Amino acid sequence: MSSTIEKVWATLEHLTDPEIPVVTLRELGILREVRETDAGIEVVITPTYSGCPAMGQIEDDVRASLDQAGIAARVITQLAPAWTTDWMSDEAKEKLRAYGIAPPHRTCGSGGDVSVVHFVRRVQAEPVACPRCGSIHTTVTSQYGSTACKALYKCLDCQEPFDYFKPY
Amino acid sequence: MSKAPVEYLLHLADNAVVLGQRDAEWCGHGPILEEDLALANVSLDLIGQARLLYQLAAARMGNGATEDALAYFRDDKDFLNYTLVELPNHGALVGYAAADRDYATTIVRNFLYSALMVLVWDALQKSPDSDLAAIAAKSLKEARYHLHHAADWLVKFGDGTEESHARAQAALDHLFRYTEEFWTPSAVEDAAIASGAAVDVRTLRAAWDAIVADTLAEATLKRPEVRGYIPEGKHGRHSEHLSYLLGEMQGLARAHPGATW
Repeated sequence: MSSTIEKVWATLEHLTDPEIPVVTLRELGILREVRETDAGIEVVITPTYSGCPAMGQIEDDVRASLDQAGIAARVITQLAPAWTTDWMSDEAKEKLRAYGIAPPHRTCGSGGDVSVVHFVRRVQAEPVACPRCGSIHTTVTSQYGSTACKALYKCLDCQEPFDYFKPY
Repeated sequence: MSKAPVEYLLHLADNAVVLGQRDAEWCGHGPILEEDLALANVSLDLIGQARLLYQLAAARMGNGATEDALAYFRDDKDFLNYTLVELPNHGALVGYAAADRDYATTIVRNFLYSALMVLVWDALQKSPDSDLAAIAAKSLKEARYHLHHAADWLVKFGDGTEESHARAQAALDHLFRYTEEFWTPSAVEDAAIASGAAVDVRTLRAAWDAIVADTLAEATLKRPEVRGYIPEGKHGRHSEHLSYLLGEMQGLARAHPGATW
């Protein structure tokens, strides 16, 4: 890795998700790549959900940090491969848990290999652990929470209501 | 490399933006707070999908086309969405009769549409049109949750109380005929299929039937008989409801063109 690219990564390392300020964009897998091209440095980000309102803020944050560090770079939004919660680092998952959000409990694979026909009813049977007490004796309150990427759950042992970051 | 025709992208985008607008009518009026949030999030996904598709269409159209121009400055007859997605959040009415929003209608519609879209996006993520395939791969992940959400509530309503069952069945009886539109390709779809970049929705019918049969069986609801009527929203021939919906959606942008905040 060239020193310029290292410097860009280091500059952007402090940037966190606007809605989940305990995890960084790198840990979430939103900040995909920094590369040197003939046209200059490019920073590649990828949206989480199609309509995620945080994406505009994220792009602004990346640009502002680059400007502040005096780095001339283009910010490129790239859709493919589609962002997946599989890219979240273990470190990020642990930070989510400590913050009170249950992290995704399963991986999604590369897409296309999930049977869509029977997907609907199978998902419900999968256990989600309470981020507070660790019990898997939990129940879904709503399949959407404060944001599209989360569901609302409740722990039936310690009674904690909590957000669950859905596998995507 | 084969690319999907622009009109096909607009057909997909118009479906998403119109249903996103319909579902968003529940914002602040949800039957319970959790569902208020859920529907707003489903709408956000749909509007996000529409934006990606409009952006792609605009880039391919050139001549200064923008996603905003496509969403806000086309008239009702230019929209290529299914009639199903533009219908109000309540059953059929006569004359000037009015009705409250009915959550069963919303849920049944979201179920019928997202059961189709999980199959459409799944097929399109393998499209040789790599830009469309990228949007499809993202949208599929979201459509699965939309289907999960709608099917879950449909089972709760159908297999719930006498009233919830009756209302779910009434919504199904009202809306099911509009799904006939899925299976008769328009000229836009024919051209898209010929380009090799689109999916022939007719090939998805058996899988759609299976999803519907599975869920309706669990919900103890009956699949209505439909025959004869085939809506033509995707040809640009709409119900009057689309005009009112667009009036609300486009009014601000047209009153203050180019406004920013």
